Amino acid sequence: MPEDRHNAQDSLHQPDKTGSTSRDNMRSGNSHEHGMRGVGGPGMRGFGRRGPHGRFMWPGERPKNLGNTLIRLSRYLKEDTVALILVILSILLNTACTLIGPLLIGQAIDQYIIPGDFQGLVRISFLLLGVYTLNSLAAFLQGFFMASISEKTVARMRRDLFSKYQVLPLKFFDSHTHGELMSRITNDIDTVSITLHASLTQFISGVITITGTIILMLSKSIILTLITLSVIPLMVLLTRLITNHTGRLFIEQQKTLGELNGKIEETISGQRVVKLFCREQRVIAEFEESNQRLKKTALKAQVLSRIMGPTMNMLNNLGFALIAGIGGLLAVRNVGGTITVGTISIFLNYSRQFTRPINELANQYNMVLSAAAGAERVFQVLDQEPEPADAPDAVDLREIGVKGHVEFENVSFAYDDEHLVLKNFSLEVKPGQTVALVGETGAGKTTIINLLMRFYDVKEGSIRIDGIDIRKIKRESLRSSLGIVLQDTYLFNASVRENIRYGRLDATDEEVEQAAKIAHAHDFIMRLPQGYDTILTDDGGNLSHGQRQLLAIARAVLADPAILILDEATSSVDTRTEIYIQKAMLNLMKGRTSFVIAHRLSTIKDADLIVVIDKGRLVEKGTHQELLERKGVYYNLYRSQFVRTPQAEDKNIEAALLN
Amino acid sequence: MIRISRYLKPYWAYVLLAPLFMALEVYMDLLQPNYMADIVDNGIANGDMNYVLTRLLIMLGIAFVGMLGGIGCIYASSVAALGFGTDIRSDLFRKIQTFSFANLDRFPTPSLITRLTNDVTQLQNVVTMSLAMMIRAPLLCIGSIIMTIKISPSLASVLLIALPLTIIGIIVIIRIGFPLFRKVQSKIDRVNTIMRENLAGIRLVKAFLRKDFEENRFQTANEDLRDTAIKAGRIMATGMPLLMLVTNLATVAVLWMGGIKVQNGSLQIGDLIAFINYLVRIMMSLVMIAFNLIAFSRGKVSADRIREVLMEQPDIVDPAENTDDTSQEPKITRGQVVFENVIFSYSPDGEPVLKNISFTAEPGETVAILGETGSGKTTLVSLIPRLYDPQEGRVLIDGVDVRKYSLYNLRKEIGMVMQTSLLFSGSILDNLRWGDPDADLEKAIEAATIAQAHDFIMQTPNGYQTDLSQGGVNLSGGQKQRLNIARALMKRPKILILDDATSAVDMATELKIQQALRRWNHKCTTFIIAQRISSVMDADKIIILEQGRIAGIGTHEELLASNPLYQDIYRSQIGKEVQQYA
Repeated sequence: MPEDRHNAQDSLHQPDKTGSTSRDNMRSGNSHEHGMRGVGGPGMRGFGRRGPHGRFMWPGERPKNLGNTLIRLSRYLKEDTVALILVILSILLNTACTLIGPLLIGQAIDQYIIPGDFQGLVRISFLLLGVYTLNSLAAFLQGFFMASISEKTVARMRRDLFSKYQVLPLKFFDSHTHGELMSRITNDIDTVSITLHASLTQFISGVITITGTIILMLSKSIILTLITLSVIPLMVLLTRLITNHTGRLFIEQQKTLGELNGKIEETISGQRVVKLFCREQRVIAEFEESNQRLKKTALKAQVLSRIMGPTMNMLNNLGFALIAGIGGLLAVRNVGGTITVGTISIFLNYSRQFTRPINELANQYNMVLSAAAGAERVFQVLDQEPEPADAPDAVDLREIGVKGHVEFENVSFAYDDEHLVLKNFSLEVKPGQTVALVGETGAGKTTIINLLMRFYDVKEGSIRIDGIDIRKIKRESLRSSLGIVLQDTYLFNASVRENIRYGRLDATDEEVEQAAKIAHAHDFIMRLPQGYDTILTDDGGNLSHGQRQLLAIARAVLADPAILILDEATSSVDTRTEIYIQKAMLNLMKGRTSFVIAHRLSTIKDADLIVVIDKGRLVEKGTHQELLERKGVYYNLYRSQFVRTPQAEDKNIEAALLN
Repeated sequence: MIRISRYLKPYWAYVLLAPLFMALEVYMDLLQPNYMADIVDNGIANGDMNYVLTRLLIMLGIAFVGMLGGIGCIYASSVAALGFGTDIRSDLFRKIQTFSFANLDRFPTPSLITRLTNDVTQLQNVVTMSLAMMIRAPLLCIGSIIMTIKISPSLASVLLIALPLTIIGIIVIIRIGFPLFRKVQSKIDRVNTIMRENLAGIRLVKAFLRKDFEENRFQTANEDLRDTAIKAGRIMATGMPLLMLVTNLATVAVLWMGGIKVQNGSLQIGDLIAFINYLVRIMMSLVMIAFNLIAFSRGKVSADRIREVLMEQPDIVDPAENTDDTSQEPKITRGQVVFENVIFSYSPDGEPVLKNISFTAEPGETVAILGETGSGKTTLVSLIPRLYDPQEGRVLIDGVDVRKYSLYNLRKEIGMVMQTSLLFSGSILDNLRWGDPDADLEKAIEAATIAQAHDFIMQTPNGYQTDLSQGGVNLSGGQKQRLNIARALMKRPKILILDDATSAVDMATELKIQQALRRWNHKCTTFIIAQRISSVMDADKIIILEQGRIAGIGTHEELLASNPLYQDIYRSQIGKEVQQYA
């Protein structure tokens, strides 16, 4: 059996903690990236534009199917159609006002100030006042509605994604790391949010501003328009020249940065080992090499990309000079006839308004594309097949009541298509029996439980409860009849009471405490700072392994299932807690059919049936005594694990225990 | 107190040059409207072609020089900022390498990593910005104000109203907006926490049919985030247009008042246009300053966090009296370990974790330590390689106080495997070579064979050359632990410490490791901390710890006969009837 398969199974024991923390730290590496992209890091989320460095064009990702993704994304906006229309109207109004402003100023100069028409100046001043007020009002409406549209949309996406995670089969979670799945909600949806918030409005207003400006300019003076536009090819050319190089340099910088951050994370996480092995000097040398390399690549990338700023500024000033100069020449020569001082003023204002959105458009385009790529990844998850629906004639176990008679008949199973993890496994368990599953890690014990819970479906054979094939049982009723206690339990950020109540949501406080008492958890809970109201943080980080397991047992007591599945902790539980756990488990197993993945000899010996599994096959079954007398696999296992020097031991034990 | 700014010192020339270049660019920028006004007022008014042409050429030249200034500033500020960041990162990293375990305990690992990555970048950005934007914006602002006053002092009085209004507006936005954004951030964290918890517990969520419960829990946090974010977004949506309105109203006022001045001849028309141009620049630069201030305040937080690390004093260092002559330094030769009345607590005023511990482990002996969680087992063995120093009493190796050894000489001879197994990226062989950088494959195979790791290593795609992804995630917990043991064995240490090092290894394999260790031709004093009594039964000495005190010491037989606590443990784990079938 391949080793990686063991891991998939092991994940039931150990929900990949190291994996997820390392991913989390990679996240901090990511926000590092954000910091580099624009000064607007995470804290600046939604705070105006993307900061002064937002100008550079980031070599973003490209979605595979842009059209499709945008259509699906737009469906999320559907509920806000009215608001969206208002936003678009506001953008139109806002842009129109921005365009009219300079026009009116030019008019004021040409028609009223130069001729000395005081009345006209007053009139046009009030008109301007009105236009500007409208301008701000439109900008306010636009921002006001857009804030709610974008936040509501991403909240909807988050909700859908989370709900989807709840119905996906376990196979999906076994084949994706937590970090990967978290990244859908943290990175991808966040990009969508930022884009919706800033890029969308800028994109629309950019397009309108550019078209509007060109039309207005053309109506004023074709020659000056051409002069203003003449800067654009230059702009595009220079931009392309720079981004062609920066793209490559940035990828290199990101790679080096990634390496350096990886090295930092790894070394600092393993700092204690570094010290134990006296590796400090070596580690410093390795770090220094990456650190200096980053300095070099970052310098190139940053200088080149930031050059965009002064270059664009120069082009702005160039346009400004050309309009003033050539406009002036034309005005002196009186060519074109219509060019006046006011016209020049209009064009000077427009030339500023004009280049900004052009710069931004290219930037926003990249943002929109990478947001679409993010959204696409979210949709990919949403498109995953959920757990198959119940058969129409499926039985509800809760209605008929469960006796607890469990049969496995010739069950074979493989997580992939090749390697059978369970081979032709047959077992009958009578109501109320306790079955101990014994075998090495990876033998297939966890798989049996995965199949019984219908986390996975059998490849061949069948599993029956009270004679009904579990595929013919409503999944919900099946799982509610099976109680499960894992050695590493799921604790969430809430009070101890709420965490126990997870077993049965409608349980009263008294029932919760009663369950805790049966599970021998009451005493330690009372010793916690706020007793049952103590908030568990950081996945129950303030509890020991043993205490966590007692809580898991309390939960199962509360759930009161007909069939029980227990995964004993292998270790790390101190002796006193272990005694409690054992007592609690015995309380729990009383009168129920129980499957125990057993590691303790006492549990195994007390079982009604011991099932020894090796490499996916049932190799022996029977009671402790029967199996010992058979002197087979179990006998050897038992001898090697629990008894070292039998002759010498016997007397001592007797002596010790008899007194 | 360490000042972060001293890291700029090596780059002082660049630090000086950057603002100078920037001033050049700003000055050139400011000249533009001025020349434009000349063209309008002198060139066009007088119909002077040559005048217009020369001004045009001057303006083009100015634009070009301005660009050169801008590029110069960018180069200088980048060199300074990146050098600054690189040096700080380097110092931080080196500092952390000198940290003792106690130092490390004070800083959670993720926090240290963030300081090295995010915080350094944050500071680096602040330096870049300070050298470019932070100087550009105020310069532009002040320069523009001067120009407006030069054009018309009475018209500039409009600024007396507009400027304070804008500044107040910005302050209000920051005051209201900023706490809101911080709140948004914490709500994001909350959403992520629930998501992470849910993913970690997805099996139980399914087993307990808690889909709806989880969705409700998530949706509450999600809606909370949404509403707060909307509120924050709306503050910005209100603030920004208001600022814009102030600027625009000022423009109208200038146009109106200026128009009157033009009519009565006290102002030229070109100057009016230039004035309006300057006005817009003033307002824009104010907004820019505001944004930079925000970044600045975050930079300060980062600087404080970095300073905290740099100022931390490493509390375990090499003995001071060591001379240059390294051959005189004491070295471990036999591996005898003696604890003499050791008292230890993690904090000076805290309850002692170890109380008056005394025992001797002779060279080659196996000593097992048994006790409840929190009884002090890990603490006890941590004192041997001097991960911590005891408050009272002494730990002696070969008769010499551990504080007299250099840390290198001490730890070189001690192989310690800790509870949490940890591997580094690189091949399996690379990882094993941590124990001995010059080891050949043969030695690695020997160590791996004893640790029962050889077989599964050979099953990996490239054997000993198999690359382990970060954290060794493609191995099971038990396999990682076995590699950790092998890595410690590579040292061929005089003293071996296994701190619950086989918790994820099944019992049969654990037994094989112990047997192989016993057959190993290299003899070392071995300390084993274990939870399972079956793991410690064969030890030469078993120490039972209870609340930091030794509650019993002896062989399995001795303790089973005399020690009630040991009997208790034995009974709970092995059970009563064990002897019947043995």
